Amino acid sequence: MTTIDATSPFAPPAGDPPVNYLTATRGLRSWLFTIDHKRIAVMYLVSILTAFLLGGIFALLVRTELWTPGRTIVDADRYNQFFTLHGAIMIFLVLIPGTPAALGNFVLPIMLGAKDLAFPRLNLLSYYLWVAGAVLAVVAIALGSVDTGWTFYVPYSTTTSMGGVVPILTGVLMLGFSSIFTGLNFIVTIHKLRPPGMGWFRMPLLLWSLYATAIMQILATPVLAITLLLLIVERLLQLGIFQPGLGGDPLLYQHFFWFYSHPAVYIMILPAMGVISEIVPVFSRKHIFGYDFIAMSSIAIAMFSFFVWGHHMFVSGQSTLVATIFSLLTYSVSIPSAVKVFNWLATLRGGSISLRTPMLYALAFICLFGLGGLTGLFLGALAANVHLHGTYFIVAHFHYVMMGSALVAMLGGIHYWWPKITGRLYSERWGQLAFVFVFIGFNLTFFPQFLMGTHGMPRRYYNYPPEFQLLNQMSTVGSYLLAVGFVIMAVYLLHSVFAGRPAPANPWGGATLEWRCASPPPTHNFDSPPPVGDPYDYRDLVYNPRSAGYVSAARPAP
Amino acid sequence: MNALLPNLLAQATSLPSIAPEGGSAWMPPQASGHAAEVDAVFYFIYWVSVFFFVLIVALMVYFVLRYRRRVEGELPRLHSSHSLALEVTWTIIPLILVIVMFYVGFRGFMDLANPPGQAMDIYVTGQKWLWTFKYPNGHDDTELHVPIDTPVRLILASNDVIHSFYIPAFRIKKDAVPGRYNKMWFRPTRTGEYLALCSEFCGTQHSDMRARVVVHEPGLYEKWLTDVSDPFKTHTPAEVGALLVSRRCSGCHTVDGRAHVGPTFRGIFGHEVGIKGQPSVIVDENYIRESILTPSAKIVAGFENVMPTFKGQLKDQEITAIIEYLKTLSKSPEERSP
Ligand code: HEC
Ligand SMILES: [Cu+2]
Ligand SMILES: [Cu+2]
Repeated sequence: MTTIDATSPFAPPAGDPPVNYLTATRGLRSWLFTIDHKRIAVMYLVSILTAFLLGGIFALLVRTELWTPGRTIVDADRYNQFFTLHGAIMIFLVLIPGTPAALGNFVLPIMLGAKDLAFPRLNLLSYYLWVAGAVLAVVAIALGSVDTGWTFYVPYSTTTSMGGVVPILTGVLMLGFSSIFTGLNFIVTIHKLRPPGMGWFRMPLLLWSLYATAIMQILATPVLAITLLLLIVERLLQLGIFQPGLGGDPLLYQHFFWFYSHPAVYIMILPAMGVISEIVPVFSRKHIFGYDFIAMSSIAIAMFSFFVWGHHMFVSGQSTLVATIFSLLTYSVSIPSAVKVFNWLATLRGGSISLRTPMLYALAFICLFGLGGLTGLFLGALAANVHLHGTYFIVAHFHYVMMGSALVAMLGGIHYWWPKITGRLYSERWGQLAFVFVFIGFNLTFFPQFLMGTHGMPRRYYNYPPEFQLLNQMSTVGSYLLAVGFVIMAVYLLHSVFAGRPAPANPWGGATLEWRCASPPPTHNFDSPPPVGDPYDYRDLVYNPRSAGYVSAARPAP
Repeated sequence: MNALLPNLLAQATSLPSIAPEGGSAWMPPQASGHAAEVDAVFYFIYWVSVFFFVLIVALMVYFVLRYRRRVEGELPRLHSSHSLALEVTWTIIPLILVIVMFYVGFRGFMDLANPPGQAMDIYVTGQKWLWTFKYPNGHDDTELHVPIDTPVRLILASNDVIHSFYIPAFRIKKDAVPGRYNKMWFRPTRTGEYLALCSEFCGTQHSDMRARVVVHEPGLYEKWLTDVSDPFKTHTPAEVGALLVSRRCSGCHTVDGRAHVGPTFRGIFGHEVGIKGQPSVIVDENYIRESILTPSAKIVAGFENVMPTFKGQLKDQEITAIIEYLKTLSKSPEERSP
């Protein structure tokens, strides 16, 4: 890209650039022992994206193996390890911490006009627990790997001969605590550090969703922790807790597991919805439509999501009555989700819509989440669930929700806050190109899987009947396109860090407080508490072509 | 007839298609009483979803085109930020729709859950990586055979980990959980061959844990059951031998003259065969018997020592039947009996 010369309209103000959180101190130690939420967020972002690379490689190996029925590149046991590691890494290391711990960590305190989270040291501890979890996952791979699927169903997980089961369970336990501490930190911060003038209903919607997420993290994750601990003990000492041969109950494990793991789906998707609720109004330059409904729907989703776990067990042998209740409750979650989609659409109406890269991801999110959510309706209906459960329909459905929605929103968030985090602008054109690859690649990968599922192809199949080969090959080609999109993205984002144009404080015209501090922000974010206004009122922001950013008309340009 | 456990390889090569002809765009053919009802639920939700998806995308595309920002900093056209009436509408309409969805799904599920009183019971056991079916007369088999239009109740159990018994064409599925019995039922409505699968991950050969499902014309099921329960009563030894070979040996041996993992069976009886490291032999009754019980004693030249022993798995009478069958496989396919 271009280098900056003094005559460019984008040249920074003369003199030394102001000190920011990246340049305030130097050296590895200043990062490893930092308690600055922004630096911790950057470390999270880098680590999570590294884990994403690893999980992505496993995904490509899985898709490559499925190019033909039977053996393509590896044997069945190896394939089983690949999809297990892909799932475990993507869920526990990438999606659950992704948006809250990386992006939320960065913007949450700034959105409150605060200097940091309520407990900065706890925040660093969360990060190192994440690292411990990641290290244990690698240890698990080295010690003979795992082939249980990310769900670790008993008695398979207590009897498989692969040596990585206990390390990976311990790793997930660590990640659980990391998640609990982050949630705790966010809740206290939102309660205690809101500035004067920012009532609950003047908070940016991202904070509502992070708050709702944090509640779920605190209430649900301990159940996972205890369950995994019991599983470790059972595997090591052969106690009869879940294992039927020893007098345990394997369905009890499933109940415990899904009591956490269903809310976990919303731990992944709620922050994503929060990000979308920030991006859509800014790039429409229009107040978010139905603020109260969106805020309340986050809380409603968090609450309902605790009472639907049984929908993962409709064919497990749980009683008909219980299944019926869970089906009914499952549908309750769909209402607040639908409300949000319609509110985002209404926000677009009459706006001034700019199709910059973050907005492309937000619009893609609305489509893909729409499809992911609508296909969930099939799975909530008991009779249809019986046919679709455990097939590729499930695989397609949850990839639309977790990758098409949670991850796409995270990509949108990364592009949205990138100028704030790095102080640099990436190339819009390359951003759009990568987006096209990601969007087309994603749909080509996962849409055919709906068809495989309705026609009866079960998931986790190494060998499949030959009539499914065409659909599988489409899916594999799609995954390669996705990979190309991600490689392009990695290149232009890295390039921007070293050679991108310096970003103005407010490149998109956002009204939340993070756009009021410099890009990148100084270590303490604000010198004096910023004035608090409506986070979605863009009327006093005007575009300044000189800085290529928005400035407040009420105050002189920074 | 426990000894009829088939060879998995043999099974995989000759299994029916998972989705034979006759399905709809999204669903495999309907071969049980549940299928039509499940498909009705599916297509109801499908069309509601298509409607909403098209609505969402159309509105989005329309708004983006219509309200596109042409110069940076352009102001929005409208300023609406809430409308209670609208928001209540798009809360209530989906609410009504999902209640209907819940109800139709529930009704279909009740039918799936409640078998009629006089159903025929078949016990199904899952074990890595094979389904076994125990018929009312005590016969064990690796295929599920049922008479058309008769309610059948399957009682599922597992000997090791959790499996899930799934017949796509019947739209039924239930987990086989160790330590408990789960039940499911169906009424087959279309004769033909279908596939039963395992849909709960159970390890290395999870995806090969399939079984053939055969729906018989009226009357033929009983005939099949008596035949298979005691084939020697109704068949010549050579016919039983043909059945045994097709089930247990055809993964490695052909009867058409082509070598596979092992040599073909066509025309070997009475002919000379080269043995690795030993003088060649004439194939006779004792040689075949030895090959089945201690395959490693004499390895046929040009082949690997991979044949498993069938000691304890095939009864004497069955080995004799196989020998009789091999005798009938003369050189040319035309002269071939059963
Ligand atoms: C896993 C593959 C496999 C299966 C299953 C198998 N065989 Fe074999 N069989 C072989 C191989 C390989 C050879 C040649 C090497 C040897 O002699 O052991 C062979 C050799 C033989 C021979 C000697 C053939 C000759 O031309 O001399 C006979 C007889 C035989 N098998 C019978 C059977 C019968 C009967 C069954 C089923 C009950 C059976 N096999 C199942 C692999 C198999
Ligand atoms: Cu769930
Ligand atoms: Cu299985």
